[in-house]
Amino acid sequence: MPDIKVTPLGAGQDVGRSCILVSIGGKNIMLDCGMHMGYNDDRRFPDFSYITQNGRLTDYLDCVIISHFHLDHCGALPYMSEMVGYDGPIYMTHPTKAICPILLEDFRKITVDKKGETNFFTSQMIKDCMKKVVPLNLHQTVQVRADKRSFLNLCYLKYKTAAWIDKCRPDILITESTYATTIRDSKRCRERDFLKKVHESIERGGKVLIPVFALGRAQELCILLETFWERMNLKAPIYFSTGLTEKANHYYKLFITWTNQKIRKTFVQRNMFEFKHIKAFDRSYADNPGPMVVFATPGMLHAGQSLQIFKKWAGNEKNMVIMPGYCVQGTVGHKILNGQKKLEMEGRATLEVKLQVEYMSFSAHADAKGIMQLIRMAEPHNILLVHGEAKKMAFLKDKIEQEFNISCYMPANGETTTVTTNPSVPVDISLNLLKREMALGGPLPDPKRPRTMHGTLIMKDNSLRLVSPEQALKELGLSEHQLRFTCRVHLQDPHSDTDTLSRIYSHLKSVLKGYAVQHLPDSTVMVESIVLKVSSSAEEPDLKVVLLSWCFQDEELGSFLSTLLKKGLPSAL
Amino acid sequence: MKLYCLSGHPTLPCNVLKFKSTTIMLDCGLDTTSALYYLPLPLVHSPRLSKLPGWVSKDGTVNLEKELKECAGRVFVDSQPEFCLPERELLDLSTVDVILISNYHCMMALPYITEHTGFSGTVYATEPTFQIGRLLMEELVTFMERVPKAQSATCWKTKEIQRRMLPGPLKDAVDVWSWRTCYSMQEVNSALSRVQLVGYWQKVELFGAVQVTPLSSGYSLGSSNWIIQSHFEKVSYVSGSSLLTTHPQPMDQSSLKNSDVLILTGLTQIPTANPDGMLGEFCSNLAMTIRAGGNVLVPCYSSGVIYDLLECLYQFMDSANLGTTPFYFISPVANSSLEFSQIFAEWLCQNKQSKVYLPEPPFPHAELIQTNRLKHYTSIHGEFSSEFRQPCVVFTGHPSLRFGDVVHFLELWGKSSLNTIIFTEPDFSYLDALAPYQPLAMKCVYCPIDTRLNFHQVAKLLKEVQPLHVVCPEQYTQPPPAQSHRSDLMLELQPPPVAYRRCSVLGLPFRRRHERIQLLPEVLMNYK
Repeated sequence: MPDIKVTPLGAGQDVGRSCILVSIGGKNIMLDCGMHMGYNDDRRFPDFSYITQNGRLTDYLDCVIISHFHLDHCGALPYMSEMVGYDGPIYMTHPTKAICPILLEDFRKITVDKKGETNFFTSQMIKDCMKKVVPLNLHQTVQVRADKRSFLNLCYLKYKTAAWIDKCRPDILITESTYATTIRDSKRCRERDFLKKVHESIERGGKVLIPVFALGRAQELCILLETFWERMNLKAPIYFSTGLTEKANHYYKLFITWTNQKIRKTFVQRNMFEFKHIKAFDRSYADNPGPMVVFATPGMLHAGQSLQIFKKWAGNEKNMVIMPGYCVQGTVGHKILNGQKKLEMEGRATLEVKLQVEYMSFSAHADAKGIMQLIRMAEPHNILLVHGEAKKMAFLKDKIEQEFNISCYMPANGETTTVTTNPSVPVDISLNLLKREMALGGPLPDPKRPRTMHGTLIMKDNSLRLVSPEQALKELGLSEHQLRFTCRVHLQDPHSDTDTLSRIYSHLKSVLKGYAVQHLPDSTVMVESIVLKVSSSAEEPDLKVVLLSWCFQDEELGSFLSTLLKKGLPSAL
Repeated sequence: MKLYCLSGHPTLPCNVLKFKSTTIMLDCGLDTTSALYYLPLPLVHSPRLSKLPGWVSKDGTVNLEKELKECAGRVFVDSQPEFCLPERELLDLSTVDVILISNYHCMMALPYITEHTGFSGTVYATEPTFQIGRLLMEELVTFMERVPKAQSATCWKTKEIQRRMLPGPLKDAVDVWSWRTCYSMQEVNSALSRVQLVGYWQKVELFGAVQVTPLSSGYSLGSSNWIIQSHFEKVSYVSGSSLLTTHPQPMDQSSLKNSDVLILTGLTQIPTANPDGMLGEFCSNLAMTIRAGGNVLVPCYSSGVIYDLLECLYQFMDSANLGTTPFYFISPVANSSLEFSQIFAEWLCQNKQSKVYLPEPPFPHAELIQTNRLKHYTSIHGEFSSEFRQPCVVFTGHPSLRFGDVVHFLELWGKSSLNTIIFTEPDFSYLDALAPYQPLAMKCVYCPIDTRLNFHQVAKLLKEVQPLHVVCPEQYTQPPPAQSHRSDLMLELQPPPVAYRRCSVLGLPFRRRHERIQLLPEVLMNYK
């Protein structure tokens, strides 16, 4: 039986550097190729040496599939393709293809230009890597080296809360579990809560920092604040940092068909990205007096502008930072969310955290409820959890196993999970045979009752065909051999031979309702194709010998008859 | 396998395929050429049209002066225009399981099919087809409801009167009793609520019996050909395809290979005109008129070729030193159409697709709007009347010249020989379209741009994909009536194509021999 092997190279019982190897039907597929925000050393990237110690990956991988443009899902791509070496296809959706290189370039700048690291991928490498990308649409099916694989099933099942999926009953469902233990309020409630918190802080005269990633949630939050400001007639300035702003908004608009329905529907009536209240941020504004709201990148406070502003504002308890998404271990964001009040900064300086820290999950990642719903919709045979903390995963694993009674795996990095699949074997059945069998079952097929059908399976030239026995004989040039069973049953019956036969006839007639039972003039009884004859010897006229003969196809009925007759005839006849 | 042909119009097809106990409708085009028999619906009261004499038969026995008016030597019906629907009596439409839509022009009859017939199936279309189709339906409804006409004329349809008494061309109109007035917005919404969106190369299973897949057809945004297949049989439905490099994604030809039956519809309506040449003629006529101080009127649909025209003019106007000439696009859905065109990147050709990665809008009309050279208005009323400057270029509908804002411009500009009307849409005969406006001083230029496959291209395509049988409308099996000597303007195939006409029922020539079943591995284990 064919197996599916799944090995996480990253994101196994961990959040960040998502990278999962799947071996299926002789093909090796890499799902995601992400980086870890919490590390600055080798652990930043997945361990590709697991695939091969030396040489390029092209010989070992058939394709790479990227689920979405977040760096923890695509951050290691140029490293893998250009520095380790991979020339095969990389599949992703159109928006991912558009946005991914920008985030990669941003990431590269922060690492190389600001932190001064060497031995990192270059701008050229990002470009070369993107040339290997094949953009896809959702639901599109692509043939990978003559081997069919539905990409809907593989890539887009993961990572989208509102993702819509068919009841596709996959053999294995690989899903993230970042928010494995959280069940979030409805989006509406979260939005209201978010606005309330921002508003309160502004009223107090505090500054609000919202660390975000350049695209996606940021735009939705901007729209939310913009409408709120409009409605409440607020005057405090809102800023959006980074040079990406305009560009990012532009991307968001061009790819609006990939966002949710509500935004998509209203886009013509109002250009949502011509904000009245949201202005571009300049570094000097951070020191301005009075309340303000600032969206700054990156989202986990691990570097860049958001961290700089945070450092400036952290000392004032009137200020507030709202973390709208998950923060990986090792980042400042993670530390302050865990209540750390003193942070060690570079150069042994410590930073006291006095400002309010709020956590609001606006991330697109699925929560526990979302994952359970996903499972209910897709009806997979196995579940494999990745991209989550080990403890939370274990909790979710228990829950899944309890509720759905299916196996759930949570392999660590480098650990292989093997799932045995149960494929069915396609067979071509001749339409004549199918129709003949259908006709036997009456006018309407009854899907609930199993039926035995009679046919010959021909295996020839790598194909399987089910045809009627006659056709098979004809095709193979064989003559038909009939196999008949004959058996004698002794009966004690003090009547003449003809009377005994009549008695047998009436007996069978009453027992075998619905069968064709005939009394033929040549003193035989026929039940379907089964022949019965009665004889006796002159010595013992009362000991009747009943001769039964049936062909192989009627074996079932024949053996039933012989057993029945062995019991004798009822005296009432 | 049977094919029921519900439409006689080769580019606005409506066929129903019965295959493996599924009933699949292929497109439902609405033939609007019937509107040409009606008087135009003016947006502003027109003394000329309201004073037309009524029609009375020569011997005076039949008086239909309320219904029919004589105008410029022809007789027109004075009522809300009616459209020619697909045949609804040939088979019970409530038995249709699914409707596959190939492009937005071929779905305009959808509300007539899905509403009031008991239809309870699903409609499959790509997202651009769905969104732009909705816009075109909205536009049509707005055009009609904006100028309500109380009268609906039926007496003239009486067979004795129409066939015996009426003058041509009204006399020769066919199936007049199946003509219907336009649907309502409510019916449009209800019809569109049945649409399920699909992407190119997505495999959709129908009841586990057949699989349908839309393929890129290169004709318009989101336009598709469809593959309908089971494990052993393959039917290709080719409708409105193009091999020219315009804005849509190129046509996928190779997936059509190995078809048992290929249903071929939607070839070019103007096989003698080369679209590139027409585009050049369009530009030069436009420039000539503007230089002479006249206005240019372009009657067009609100989506499709207009994007290419704008792109072409974007480059041309500067080089012709006419950079300051304003373009006006007037339609209830003008803004939506221009905006929607920019957000369907994945449905566009490579060249345009790569722009969104920069990120830049894929079509240059965004720049025309930004620099105020292209302005769009919902109608001639309101802002437009105060803002418009002459000489200018106006793009507006409807190309039949019977309703929409174009009617007003013909009344306004028709009397001056400085102005030019340039026909680019191939769906209507321009002479018939202009008939109720005669005599016209305005210059008329006919530059039909039809990017669909021509006979030469289709012959090459069929040679490559090698279908066993080809089914096509009867019009494609003989040269056009006006050019009966041009044997190159028809399909010549071996074996000859199976031709259909409205109301044909064809038994398609193939026999099914096998069916695919699945054996459980446990069963196979017994045979080891």
